[in-house]
Amino acid sequence: MTVDFAQEARVRIETRVNGRTIRAEVPARLSLVEWLRDELGLTGSHVGCEHGVCGACTIVVDGSCLRGCLMFAAQADGCDVETIEGAVASGRLAALQEAFYRHAALQCGFCTSGMLLTAAELLARERNPGRQRIREELSGNYCRCTGYQSIVDAVEVAARAQQEENGS
Amino acid sequence: MKPALFSYAAPRSLDEALVLLAEHADDAQILAGGQSLAPMLNLRLAAPDWLIDVNRVPGLDVIEETAEGLRVGAMTRQNALLDHVADAPDWSLLAQAIPHVAHRGIRNRGTIGGSVALADPAAEAPACAIALDAVIRLASVRGEREVPASDFFLGLYETAREPDEMIVAVFYPRPAPGWLFGFDEVARRRGDYALAGLCAGMRVEEAFVRDARLVFFAVGDRPTRARVAEDALIGRNVADIAARAAACAAARAGIEVMPGGDCGVEYKRRLVGVLLERQLARFEAMGGDRDG
Repeated sequence: MTVDFAQEARVRIETRVNGRTIRAEVPARLSLVEWLRDELGLTGSHVGCEHGVCGACTIVVDGSCLRGCLMFAAQADGCDVETIEGAVASGRLAALQEAFYRHAALQCGFCTSGMLLTAAELLARERNPGRQRIREELSGNYCRCTGYQSIVDAVEVAARAQQEENGS
Repeated sequence: MKPALFSYAAPRSLDEALVLLAEHADDAQILAGGQSLAPMLNLRLAAPDWLIDVNRVPGLDVIEETAEGLRVGAMTRQNALLDHVADAPDWSLLAQAIPHVAHRGIRNRGTIGGSVALADPAAEAPACAIALDAVIRLASVRGEREVPASDFFLGLYETAREPDEMIVAVFYPRPAPGWLFGFDEVARRRGDYALAGLCAGMRVEEAFVRDARLVFFAVGDRPTRARVAEDALIGRNVADIAARAAACAAARAGIEVMPGGDCGVEYKRRLVGVLLERQLARFEAMGGDRDG
């Protein structure tokens, strides 16, 4: 069967990406993470399994982490999208980044952007997550270097630092 | 891009969505949270001609709580419902179950209505709906109707929804006093699909079981009540070990197990007994008569 690409449905979108308004026309079946990477050059979000299992494509949309492979770019019309690039530039991940660095919580780095964004959402919602909670919350992010121990260490240290900073 | 070509519509009102759905009923998929549909599109297990994205339809993500119960708009994200019910004793089943729905990033996007509509036999939302005696509200250009959750799930990914209908809300009636609820599942890893799970409700008065709804999921082709096990418990004391053992044996023996998946039929059957045994012990701790 041949595919008639003239039939490709295209959608106009206006989306804020890391604080910048972007207007574009995208194929309806283009995933959000593909658009960010291939069209906007924001390659910090990674494409792993492309069916929602690995968490490497984690992106923040309207303040919540989600799978960039399970949302179409067309659906981001009117949304506020933050990628790892924007989150790092904002400084909001600094404590986690420092902890990841100190605890060698990354090897190849493929999972790291997703791990950081997911951990940041946990720390924003819970003041004192223990190792068990951290493991539960990170269970949707695969590290195929299997470096989970040090990732959990790093998030635990960042959680404790956050708690001390808040004086509790 | 992995999905096959499709035409895309993002209606801005329910009426517009229903007209599109009526027009393309057999060739369309409704895109709700997309946390199951998008993988199926990417894997080309689904290749609909039309995708009707209802994320822009206003009013579908409203949670309304009244004395009668909880009306959850179909597009309510799993985590939004979790935030609503987190500290509500009446909705403890939902508060216990939702954290087991995949992972945070998926719960932030996945919807209650979408999970109920898909009717994955291993999903938590359909089993909770049955255990809470929920009512599914459906809309089409022909009008609206309600289907009790107990009649909604017909088989593997099969429901009472007609092709031109969409779920607009799930209504959970407020449980009468005395109802206790418990949730448990066995999965290889937090957030994975359960190998077997149980949504259990039990109305206990003065330590005696007056009513029970024991809904197993990830076992058969749909969430299923273990009626014989329920009958073995009704009228008995929650501490009645013999009655509990009989109920567990009945649940194990009576349940229809769908072959295939991650583990064997006999193992699933064993998990059914284990899950129920543990839950009945918890019910005793929750509702047992301390003097009895």
